[in-house]
Amino acid sequence: MQEPTDAESKCLVHYIKPGDIEHGGSASAQIKAELSRLGVSAADARRAGIIAFEGEINLIVYSDGGGTITVCVSEACIEILFKDDGPGIEDIDLALTPGFSTAPLWATDLGFGAGMGLINMQMNADRFEIHSHLGEGTSIRCLLERREDDASGNC
Amino acid sequence: MKLKALTELIDGEILEGSQFEDLEIDRAYAADLLSDVLALTDERTTLVTGTISPQVIRVADILNVTSIIFVRGKCPPDALLRYAEKLGIPIVATKRTMFETCGLMYANGVRPCKSRPMPNRSA
Repeated sequence: MQEPTDAESKCLVHYIKPGDIEHGGSASAQIKAELSRLGVSAADARRAGIIAFEGEINLIVYSDGGGTITVCVSEACIEILFKDDGPGIEDIDLALTPGFSTAPLWATDLGFGAGMGLINMQMNADRFEIHSHLGEGTSIRCLLERREDDASGNC
Repeated sequence: MKLKALTELIDGEILEGSQFEDLEIDRAYAADLLSDVLALTDERTTLVTGTISPQVIRVADILNVTSIIFVRGKCPPDALLRYAEKLGIPIVATKRTMFETCGLMYANGVRPCKSRPMPNRSA
């Protein structure tokens, strides 16, 4: 798959504040609506919304300084990139195990911490890449091939 | 079954969206943890939950959930109801437990969402 290039894609950037659980999910709902406005199919907007929501909540709950969600849309692809300078993930394989969670109690009380967040991102993406180093932060890149009534072809 | 009949069945109350009382409820998914909700696949579903955080309605928005039933006497905040009104998602509340609510729904023909396989861990 090729990455969308700057020349052909439209990009949207959302900054997510750390600990701002009250507004958690707002950016993702907005991203889904923005993608629909850009002509992305309902099914793809839904997949992107799920990925954005999980990443947004992770930025709120786990990052010390918040982070960014960058969504780029081209005719063939949707790319969603999450970046933070937080504590990093010690064991990525363990973090990708269904049911494993390190969510604090305050987050589980609000309905978070099912241990499905990264997995939901992976399941809804056609390509999922995660890079993390302790003390340096985490970046996650999800690439979606546009489907159904959207432009066909590989990305 | 229709939303109105379902609401009566579970001794519930429509808190928002009474104009949708004829909405057909044929599939449902029950969970309190939001990532479990996000793992569901069937778009045309009713969500049964005891979680009333603001994120519930945002998740419902992203998933195109058709209605929400809050169980265990949980009363969603006004902001959630206003958001639901904007989205056109009816909200029902019942004092029954999730187990009782799901049991009554299943016994009256409501069926579960399709499950989806876990991803390939080596992907």
